[in-house]
Order: sequence, then C-alpha cells, then structure tokens
Amino acid sequence: MMNHEVKEHIRNALKKGIRIDGRKLEELRPISIETGFLSTAEGSAKIIFGDAEVLAGVKMAIEKPYPDTPEDGVLMVGAELLPLSNPEFESGPPSIESIETARVIDRGIRESKAFNTKSLCLEKGEKVWTVAIDIVPLNYDGNLIDMGGLAALAALKNARFPKMNEDGTVDYHVKTDKTLELQKMPVPITVCKIGDLLIVDPTDEEEKAVDARLTVTVLDDDKICALQKGGDSPLTMKDIEKMVDLAIKTSKVLRSKIVEVN
Amino acid sequence: MTFERPSKRKFDEARPVEAEAGVIKKADGSARFKIGDTEAYAAVYGPRELHPKFLQDPKTGILRCNYSMLPFSGDGSRVRPGPSRRSKEISMVTEKALRPVLDLRDYPNTVVDVFIELPQTDAGSRCAGICAAAIALADAGLTMKDMVSSVSVGMVRGNLLVDLDGDEEHMDENEAADVPIAMIPSTEEITLLQMDGIVSKEDFFKGLEMVKPALRLIAEKQREALKNKYK
Repeated sequence: MMNHEVKEHIRNALKKGIRIDGRKLEELRPISIETGFLSTAEGSAKIIFGDAEVLAGVKMAIEKPYPDTPEDGVLMVGAELLPLSNPEFESGPPSIESIETARVIDRGIRESKAFNTKSLCLEKGEKVWTVAIDIVPLNYDGNLIDMGGLAALAALKNARFPKMNEDGTVDYHVKTDKTLELQKMPVPITVCKIGDLLIVDPTDEEEKAVDARLTVTVLDDDKICALQKGGDSPLTMKDIEKMVDLAIKTSKVLRSKIVEVN
Repeated sequence: MTFERPSKRKFDEARPVEAEAGVIKKADGSARFKIGDTEAYAAVYGPRELHPKFLQDPKTGILRCNYSMLPFSGDGSRVRPGPSRRSKEISMVTEKALRPVLDLRDYPNTVVDVFIELPQTDAGSRCAGICAAAIALADAGLTMKDMVSSVSVGMVRGNLLVDLDGDEEHMDENEAADVPIAMIPSTEEITLLQMDGIVSKEDFFKGLEMVKPALRLIAEKQREALKNKYK
C-alpha cells in the first residue's frame, strides 16, 4: 500500500512529463549486464537497472522427459521474491507475484521457441536435458518481469552444457563449450498506465501508483509472443495499441544490450 | 609422502577473501562476503515489530536468522528453493553464533531479521554466511561487543587444513573431517562448533589453535569492509 499523498505527487509530476527520479516517461534507468560470474551455475547473469539488481542462474540436468513429450527437453523458470531484497517481501510459500513473474517470463521463452527443445533429447522417452532458470532480485526496485526476462535470456546465452560421462551421469565440474544456441530473443516489456499516461521501467514506488500494466513479450522481428495484463483498472483498445507500440520501441533498446552478451 | 592441497595453499591458509558492506539498498544493514568460490549475501531488517505477538520478549529484542542456498548455488544439480532440514539447522546455529555479541535489550518486543542468501558455494557456506551476517549487523548500527568471524578446519588424509574447499571435502569419499568454527576475535570465545568425520582429541585441539590466524585475518577484512563504506 502507498501513502495517498505520494501517489498524488507521482501523478501530478507525470502530468508535467517528469518522474520522481527525474526521468522522462519513456526513459529507462542506466543499465548494466554481467554474465558468467558464478562457478556453480551452468549460466549466470546479473542485470542492473539503476538501483535495482536481479540475478539469474541456469542449472542443467539429465532427467526423464514428460510422457506426452518424450522427445523434448524440459524448460523450467522459477522466481523467488527474496526477503533479503526488500522489507516488504516475506518468507514462506511462493507469493502470487513471484508465481506471475516466473510464468510470464516462462511463457515468452516457451512460446517463442527460443531454443530447440528437440535438440535436448538424448534418448527418446528416457533421457533429456532439463534447463532450469531461476530468477531472484538482490536489490528490489520495481520492474522485475522485464529485468528477470532479460536476466534469463543473458543467463541462457551464457550457459554451457556440463560434461556428460559415459555412464550417462553429469560431471558438473567440467563445462563443455556447447551452448543452447538461442534462436529467438523474447524480450518482455511492461508498460504501465498511471492516470492517462504511460511509462516503462517503473521503480518500486511508481509500481504502487500504477492503475494498469501490460507486459508484451517482443521478438526480433517485432512480432509478439506473450501478453499479460495486470493492475486493477481496465484498458481501452486505444490504450492497448499505444502500449504495444511503446513496448516494441523499448524492446529494441534492451535487445541491443543483450546482443553483446555471451 | 608429502601432501599438497589441490589449490596449492599452505595448510593454515584460508582462500582469498572479499568483503563489502552496504550492498542491499533497502536493508537496514547488509554485506557480501566471498571466500574462494563461496559467496554469501546478508541483509538485516529491524529491529522491527515481531509477529505473532506471543513470540515477543518484553525484556529484549530477538535475533532471527534465515540461511538459504539459491537454486543455482549447489555443487551438483539444482537446489530446490525453500527451507530444508539442513538449511533450518544452519539457520539455528547461525543465530547462536551471532547472538552472544549482540545487545538487543534496548529493543523489547522486536525482532532483528537476518537473511542470508548464497549465489554460489564451494564448501564452507555456513561460515561465509556468518561472516556476512556479522558485517551486516554492524552495518545496521546495532550494539555489538565485537565481530564474529568464522572459518572451518578439517582433516584430510591425516593433514589438518584450514578452510576446506569442495575438492578437499570430496577427496576421500566423505572420509574428510570438517569442523566449522566461529569465534569472537577479542576474547577467542567460540560461538559455533560443529564437526563431522573422525579426529583424535589431540588433532582436534591442534586444529582449534591452527585456525586462529585465519580467523584474525577474516576479522580484519570484516572491519575493513565497514570502514570502506564510509571512505
């Protein structure tokens, strides 16, 4: 919950085209990306947007495939809102916010077929690679879906398969140079509506003043592959059109940052 | 035959240490502590009101620690998120390791929460967690008698070694003995002591002596981290 006066202040400033941290409505915070710094993960990424910091790690394992997809590797996306990162997050079973974050990011990667799950099959119906991506904020300051989605992509790009022994077990101490060969880069962008105005990359404070939001996951060719509306207020057709346009425009900025990562 | 550590360290030499205070912006105190490839973040929230109310102590604030390994931080496959028997026990001994240096009598009915998260581990994770938590508690401005510093000493193939890494722990199919220790540096009082493996009484006490210089070095890094925040 948020103090009514603070919310009013955010709204009034936005009408003048200014956000409480001094940014313009469509401006992103300063961004930095680091990859491959964790020794235990097959792939890792740290994304920083201003004061917000999000980690993603990829773990791979050999497991039995699902019976209905015997030739497909398994993708798993998890997100945990660490109480370490924000006094408002509590310990306990996964909150609905963490579940939504993980599911929206998962949907973008899955629906875009970012990597070929068939190539993860080792023995039909018996052995496939599973790829688990876990996303956590270290410093929470809003925009977790977009940052987590970007971190997931960077960690997937950075991931190297561990060595498989002849008996079919995995030697996690030896990394090969085999990558997941990402074919698509699904970038989730959340556009927030506050009053009549649209912003991207909201801080924690701004998120609390949001009336409605729309996450649009955008592909390289500007096609979209996943959507999620949130917030209590409805959106008009006109709103949605503007939000999708802004998401596509913003996705290009983030995509250019992720291209350099490996 | 002379024994050589896989990392080429001297027997009483800990791994390289990095320590940093104030890394979590919304926390009241925080720290990052890295020893070799084991890395711990700690954040302190509080003193804040404790719920449910029956847990409150009208005489003093209480300390609550939560140790957790991130899903990608394990040596093998993914670590399932959420508490396990192991993480709950470590949380408890971490609390006991830190409590003796804290004075929370000025904050009745409150809790000081310490969250410890490990993004990567290579043995010695509870010790790294305690080191990070101690810096974070000091960074939060809580009254403390002294730092708490922690490292392990172990026995591998008949050799006493300070700060076992993963390679050393797994060298002899669980034959290695491992003794995690936390100490209050100024008084040399022990606040964490556990062990698994087999060691003679003589070797055990030799190990306790041997670990002291490494603990002093770690305490120095912890204090430096706090000073660096204000440079």
